[in-house]
Amino acid sequence: MSLNTQASAEDILIHINNVNKWYGDFHVLKDINLDVKKGEKIIICGPSGSGKSTAIRCMNRLEKYQSGEILIDGILLDDNVKNLEAVRKEVAMVFQHFNLFPHMTILDNLTLAPRLVNKMPRKDAEQMAMSYLERVKIPQQAHKYPGQLSGGQQQRVAIARALCSNPRVMLFDEPTSALDPEMIKEVLDVMVELANEGTTMICVTHEMGFAKQVADRVIFMDDGRIVEENTPNEFFDNPQNERTQLFLSQILGH
Amino acid sequence: MNNVTMKPPGQSGALYWIRENLFSSKLNTVISAICIYLLVKFTIAVVDWGILNAVFAADSTACKAASGACWGIISEKYQLIVFGTYPRDEQWRPLVAMVWFVGLIGCSLHRSFWKLWLIPLWTGSLIGLGVLMWGGVLGLSYVENTQWGGLPLTLLLAVVGTVAAFPLGILLALGRQSELPLIRIWCVAFIELVRGVPLISVLFMASVMFPLFLPEGVTIDKLLRAQVGIILFTAAYLAEVFRGGLQALPKGQYEAASAMGLTYWQTMRVVIMPQALRIVIPPTVNSFISTFKDTSLVLIIGLFDLLATAKVAITDPSWRAFYVEAYIFVAAIYFVFCYSMASYANNLETDLRKGEQH
Ligand SMILES: Nc1ncnc2c1ncn2[C@@H]1O[C@H](COP(=O)(O)OP(=O)(O)O)[C@@H](O)[C@H]1O
Ligand SMILES: [Mg+2]
Repeated sequence: MSLNTQASAEDILIHINNVNKWYGDFHVLKDINLDVKKGEKIIICGPSGSGKSTAIRCMNRLEKYQSGEILIDGILLDDNVKNLEAVRKEVAMVFQHFNLFPHMTILDNLTLAPRLVNKMPRKDAEQMAMSYLERVKIPQQAHKYPGQLSGGQQQRVAIARALCSNPRVMLFDEPTSALDPEMIKEVLDVMVELANEGTTMICVTHEMGFAKQVADRVIFMDDGRIVEENTPNEFFDNPQNERTQLFLSQILGH
Repeated sequence: MNNVTMKPPGQSGALYWIRENLFSSKLNTVISAICIYLLVKFTIAVVDWGILNAVFAADSTACKAASGACWGIISEKYQLIVFGTYPRDEQWRPLVAMVWFVGLIGCSLHRSFWKLWLIPLWTGSLIGLGVLMWGGVLGLSYVENTQWGGLPLTLLLAVVGTVAAFPLGILLALGRQSELPLIRIWCVAFIELVRGVPLISVLFMASVMFPLFLPEGVTIDKLLRAQVGIILFTAAYLAEVFRGGLQALPKGQYEAASAMGLTYWQTMRVVIMPQALRIVIPPTVNSFISTFKDTSLVLIIGLFDLLATAKVAITDPSWRAFYVEAYIFVAAIYFVFCYSMASYANNLETDLRKGEQH
């Protein structure tokens, strides 16, 4: 946390202050604090069930939290519908299982949000969609349906779709963990490129190579808490917390 | 490669098929023999009664003398059975209305017609059909709807019942999932209440109880009441069908839509409904088939649907003996409609399954 206390208030895109969340009686997020600066790349890792998905889903209010506050670009995420609309335009999400709309072509998947949310004319939206499809290197699939694409291609489409809303922050929830091993690289390559272009990213992943390559900070969660937070080199080579050490030895050990 | 698809010698042809499928074991042979025997007996009896010994002329004395069926009752009474008491000279109107209706359904069921303009088309058609049936304008004589009957009435009740119940069922299904407790409770109560009672009691309520709640002097048309009863009843069933369709969609579809900032209604319109409707078209057609048959219950509130007109036809003393033939005629009409709808539903299901796999 000491790493970015110097950041001026305007630079902070995501401000999470003392957030707590319960599912019924189950305390799933405990005193979460996190500030993310514009252009920062944050990797979140931790054992299964530690609350990583819940944490990033709170950042676009797919989940509600019960105490504390989350501000996105200065907008408070609460029950206010106007705020929610504004935040949803700024934050885009890529899911583990892609969640493309199977009854629409790839192009229609991409143009949906620009046309309905940002009221862009269809022609402009399609032009923009094609340019993003080129960036994820599958422009030739534009008129196919998601079911006709491989998992890796579908996830790249999902990334392009997220980019089409012109977000200021991209959230990734284990974007490669549902993929066959041979397809992981093509997706990570696209994400590395995004990172290099300065996109603000928060990514839940266990791809340690990717983390080392792009992350500004790695955050380790366990049992609903942020247990450790460090630069990737420090995090991997010199983990402080013993639960981090155990986790790293488990995922790197075999 | 060619050899692989070729059958081994001596394992094709009708004889081979019969041997393999009907007489492959002792037990199988016995069962097949019994079935074939019964089938032959039955066919002979039917042909004897229905064709060889049957009378086709509309002559009730000849009918009484014959040992076979009396199809004369059909040629004598078909107008009454099919069109009810609609004035004879005007019966081209319900005929045109039916052909129009059936054509319209045929179009609506074809996938390439699943566009938004179906809604104005249906609205326009219903108005046109109303004008045709009631008349009173455009030089058509006025025919009160108490005179409607037979097949047009059955079709009207079933088709309007299903088509109007469709959007209502969608709203009920969405309401049942709503986060607003009052809306949810109302929808659940309505659905469960209606599903918990037979159609006949809904019709009774529509015809007997409903007028009690109306102010003195206000009456609502009997046909309209029955139609409303059928719509509400069908809507409750369709709501459950739609709920199944909605639940069949992965949660990720809703999440992706809200994450990209779509509103609730946008999500429903472009993401959820198009997928859910594909799933529910076949069960909706099945529900239509039940409604089509269930409309015969409107007899109890004094409307004359296809079955009721057949009953009226056989009250004629000279034809009273030939009710079997009249009912077979009606059954055949029901069968043609229901069977075509059922095969359509099957084809569509196969079609949609293929579509998903790409
Ligand atoms: N909708 C829910 N209702 C109740 N418990 C939930 C729900 N979603 C997640 N949980 C629980 O919350 C915990 C954290 O889940 P999650 O954030 O998905 O963990 P992670 O992504 O780190 O694997 C898990 O124990 C999970 O069982
Ligand atoms: Mg998770």
